[in-house]
Amino acid sequence: MSTTSADRPTTRETPRYGDRVFAGLATGAGVLILVVLAGVAGFLLWQALPALTAAPEDVRGGEGLFSYIYPLAFGTILTALIALVIATPLSVGIALFITHYAPRRIALALGYVVDLLAAVPSIIYGLWGVYVVAPASVPVATWLSQWLGFLPFFGPDPSASGRTTLVVGVVLAIMILPVMTAVNREVFLQTPTLHEEASLALGATRWEMIRMAVIPFGRSGVISGAMLGLGRALGETMAVAIILSVAAGVHLDIIGTANSGTIAADIALQFPESSGLDVNTLVASGLVLFFITLLVNMAARWIIARRAEFSGAN
Amino acid sequence: MPDIDLDVPDQRETQSPRPSRPDRSPVADTPLLRPNLPRYAAPAMLVVAFAIVLALGLTVWSTNPVALLLETAVLFGAAIFTASALVEGRRNAVDRLVTVVVTTFFLLALLPLVSVLVEVVSDGYKRFDLQFFTYSMRGVVGEGGGAYAAIMGTLIITAVTTVVSVPIGILTAVYLVEYSRESRLGKVLTFFVDVMTGIPSIVAGLFAVALFVLFLGPGARAGVIGAVALSVLMIPVVVRSTEEMLRLVPNELREASYALGVSRWRTIVKVVLRTSVAGIVTGVTLAVARIIGETAPLLVTVGTTTSSNLNPFSGRMATLPVFSYYEYAQPGIPREPYLDRAWAAALTLIIIVMALNLIARLVSRLFAPKTGR
Amino acid sequence: MAKRIDVKDLDIYYGDFLAVKGVNMVIEPRAVTALIGPSGCGKSTFLRTLNRMHEVIPGARVSGEVRVDDQDLYAPGVDPVGVRRRVGMVFQRPNPFPTMSIYDNVVAGVKLNSTRMKKSEMDDLVEGSLKGANLWKEVKDRLDKPGSGLSGGQQQRLCIARTIAVKPDVVLMDEPCSALDPISTLAIEDLINELKSDYTIVIVTHNMQQAARVSDMTGFFNLKATGEPGHLVEYDDTQKIFSNPGQKATEDYISGRFG
Ligand SMILES: Nc1ncnc2c1ncn2[C@@H]1O[C@H](COP(=O)(O)OP(=O)(O)OP(=O)(O)O)[C@@H](O)[C@H]1O
Ligand SMILES: [Mg+2]
Repeated sequence: MSTTSADRPTTRETPRYGDRVFAGLATGAGVLILVVLAGVAGFLLWQALPALTAAPEDVRGGEGLFSYIYPLAFGTILTALIALVIATPLSVGIALFITHYAPRRIALALGYVVDLLAAVPSIIYGLWGVYVVAPASVPVATWLSQWLGFLPFFGPDPSASGRTTLVVGVVLAIMILPVMTAVNREVFLQTPTLHEEASLALGATRWEMIRMAVIPFGRSGVISGAMLGLGRALGETMAVAIILSVAAGVHLDIIGTANSGTIAADIALQFPESSGLDVNTLVASGLVLFFITLLVNMAARWIIARRAEFSGAN
Repeated sequence: MPDIDLDVPDQRETQSPRPSRPDRSPVADTPLLRPNLPRYAAPAMLVVAFAIVLALGLTVWSTNPVALLLETAVLFGAAIFTASALVEGRRNAVDRLVTVVVTTFFLLALLPLVSVLVEVVSDGYKRFDLQFFTYSMRGVVGEGGGAYAAIMGTLIITAVTTVVSVPIGILTAVYLVEYSRESRLGKVLTFFVDVMTGIPSIVAGLFAVALFVLFLGPGARAGVIGAVALSVLMIPVVVRSTEEMLRLVPNELREASYALGVSRWRTIVKVVLRTSVAGIVTGVTLAVARIIGETAPLLVTVGTTTSSNLNPFSGRMATLPVFSYYEYAQPGIPREPYLDRAWAAALTLIIIVMALNLIARLVSRLFAPKTGR
Repeated sequence: MAKRIDVKDLDIYYGDFLAVKGVNMVIEPRAVTALIGPSGCGKSTFLRTLNRMHEVIPGARVSGEVRVDDQDLYAPGVDPVGVRRRVGMVFQRPNPFPTMSIYDNVVAGVKLNSTRMKKSEMDDLVEGSLKGANLWKEVKDRLDKPGSGLSGGQQQRLCIARTIAVKPDVVLMDEPCSALDPISTLAIEDLINELKSDYTIVIVTHNMQQAARVSDMTGFFNLKATGEPGHLVEYDDTQKIFSNPGQKATEDYISGRFG
C-alpha cells in the first residue's frame, strides 16, 4: 500500500486507540502462529526427552530408540518415494492435459474434479485401499514377482491379501496427486504466451512446443510441487495404518507379506494402547517425522520463493 | 488439387545437402500439404481397440477398469502412432502419441474418484438408516446401534476448532496483507505458514497431547485437545485463502476510505473484509471440509467411547472418522454389522465433505464480485 | 525461395467477432510489403493468418483463401505446422527462449525438422544464420551464453536468425522495432533490406518513415468505426501511397490528420 495517511496521528483519541488495538490483535495472531510452530517442536522435544535418555532395554523393542525408529523411517521414506515415482509423471501429464489439451471451457471444471480427490478423507482411502486396491493388486504382484523377481523389490512370495508397501505407495500417490497437479497447473499456465508462440511460429507441433517452452519454464515449479507431495506422503497416517500389514525390521520387498511400517501409521496404531515410556518413544518418532517433513517442505517452499523472485526479475 | 510439395515424408532420410537447391541445404522440408489420416481414423481405431480389449478382458484377461483403460490406451496408442508415422510422419506421430498419453493420465486420475464413491455408496447404504443417525453405541454388541454420538462429537469438535482457527487465521492474514509491508516478521510468517500447511496431522495430534500433559497430566483425553490439534492444521489453510482474497481487494477502495477520514482499522473491517467476505467464507468452508475428516489427530487426542459424551472439555468423545476406524479395525464376531457401520460412517463423512465443497463453490460463484462477461 | 502470397476474400474472426473483413491482396516475392493503419484495425490479426498462427487463439477462425504459390493454406489436408515452418514470424517483443543458449536458440527450429544433423553442419548453419542477421560479430565468442543476456536489439536479431535458420519462404514481422532504440532499429532495417533478396517479407509498422524506407509495397488498413471490422483500404506501391494516395483516408492517416 502506498498511502500513509492512516499512520498520521489523528487528533481524536478513539480511532487511534482502535487502530492500535486492531493492529495489536493482527500482529499478535501472526506471532501466535510462530509461537505455536515453535511450540510444536518444543513440546514434542520435551515429551520425547525421557525416551532419548532411557536405557535401551526399556524402549519398546528392547534395543534402544534408534533401532526402533530406523526401520519405521525406512518404511516411511520407501512408501513416500513409491508414491512420488508414480505421482510425478501423472501429475505433469494431468496438468498438461488441463492447461494445454482440454477445451478451455471445461478445463476449469476438470481442475475442480481433480481437486475433489483431495477432499476425500484419508480414512476412506484406507478402507478403499483394503477392499478395492489390495485385492486388485494381487495378480499384478504375482506377475511382478514372476518376471521381475530378480529385482530386490519384488520377492518370491507375493502377499495374498495385497496389503503391501506397493499398494500403500499407489494409494498415497492418488492422495498426493491433487496438490502436485495444482502446483504444476499453476506454473504451466504461467508460461509466457510469447515463448509458446515463438516455438509454434518455428513450426513446432503442440508437443514440441510444450517441450521447448512449457517444460523448461515450469521445471522448478514441478520440482517444488513434487516436494510438497513428498511431504504429504511422508506424513500420511490412516491410509497406511489401515492398509499395510506390518512386520518388524527393514524389508525391501514391496509386494511381500512382511512390510516395514511407517512412523505416522505406527503412532496411530500404538498410541491408543500406550502409556509411560512407550508414549515418549512414539513422540520421539513423531519428532523425527516432524523434522523430515519440515526439511522437505522448507526445501519446496524455498524453491518456489526463489522461482518467484527469478521470474519477477524478468 | 494443387500439385506442389507432395514430398513424401521419408525424404528426411536423404536430407543432407541437396545440390539442386543449395540455399536450403541442411534443413529438411516439411511438406506444406501433407497426407493426413482421415478424421474418422482416430475414433475408429479407438473403438476397435476398446472392443478388442473388452473381448479379451471378458474371456481371458481381466475387466478391472484400470486394466481396461491401460490396455486400450496401449493398443490405441500403438495403432495411431504406427498409422500416423506411416502417413503423416514421425513428428506428428509423436504428437498424437503424447496426446493419447496425457489424456490417459487424466482419465486414470478420475478412476479412483469414481471407484471411491461407488465403493463407499454401495457398502455404506446398508446401514444408512434412521437408527444409524439416532442411536449411539452404548451397550451395543453386534447389530444395531448408530453414530449419533459420533456425528455430534465431530460437529462439536469441528465447531470448537473453527471458533479458534478462524479469528486467528483471518487476523494473521490481515496482518500479512495490511500491516506487514515486507517487514521481516511478515516474510518469516509467510514462509512458516506455508511450511505449517505441510505438518503431518499425526504430529499435530502429538503436539496437542504434549501440550496438555502440562495442564492435565499424561494420558488425558478430551475434545478440546483434539480441537487444538485440528486448529494447528486449519489455521494455515485459513490464512492462505484469506490472504489471497484480501490481496484481490483493489487499493483504490482502501484509499477512497482513508480519503474520507475513516480510520485504518475501520477501513479494514468495513471495506476490505466486507468486500472479500464471500471469498473468505469459501476458504473457511474448504478448510472445515479438510479437517472434518481428519482421523489420526483425534485418535491420539480424543480417543473414542461408546457412550455419548457431548462435553468437549472432559473425557473421551466419539467422532465420525474414529468411529469408522474402530468399527473396521476392532470388529466383533460376526464382522458384518461392524463393517457396515464403518462404511455407513464413511458415507456420512463423504457426503458432509462433498456438501461442504459444493457449498464453498456456490458461495464463491454466487457472491463473487461481478466481472465482465 | 521467396514465394508470392495471394489473399482472396479473407474474413477473420475471434469467436463471433469479425475482426477483419474482405481482404484481397497479392504480396510479391523478393519484396518488402508494409502494413500500416491505426491501432486495433487488425494488422497483427491479418499478419497472423498468413502463417496460421491466428488459430492458436481459442475460438479464432478465418474464411477465405490465402494462396502461397497457388496452394491454399487453409485447404483441408494442409498441415499448419508445415505452413509455419515455411512462413516464419518475428514478434513485436524479442522472445528468445530464456533457458537456451544463443547457439541453441538459432538451431531450435532446425532441430525439430532434422534429428540427425552433423555438428559441423549445425555450426555452419548457426554461423550463416547469425551472419545473415548481422549478429555474428557481436556474439561469436559467447554462443553458449543464454540468449536472454543480450540487449533488446540483439535479441530481436537473434530471433530473426532463428527464423531464417529454417530457411522459410516468407518472413512475417509484427512491429519488430517497436521495442528497440533508434540504432537497433536502423540495424534491423538494414537487415530487412538485405533479406528481401531471398525472402518475401511482410512487416507491420506504426512508423511511417520506416514503412517508406524499407518497403516496396504498402497496405493501409482502417476501421470505419469502433466495433466495425477492419478492412484493407488501399494497397499499392509504397512510392504511390506516400506521394499520391488514391483514398482520402490514406492521405489523412499518412499526413497525421487522422481522427
Ligand atoms: N485474442 C483476441 N481475442 C479477441 N479479439 C481480439 C484478440 N486480439 C485482437 N482482437 C481484436 O481484433 C481487432 C484487431 O486487433 P489487432 O491486434 O489485429 O490490431 P492491430 O492493428 O495489430 O493493432 P496495434 O496497432 O495496436 O497492434 C481488435 O478489435 C482487437 O480487439
Ligand atoms: Mg498489432
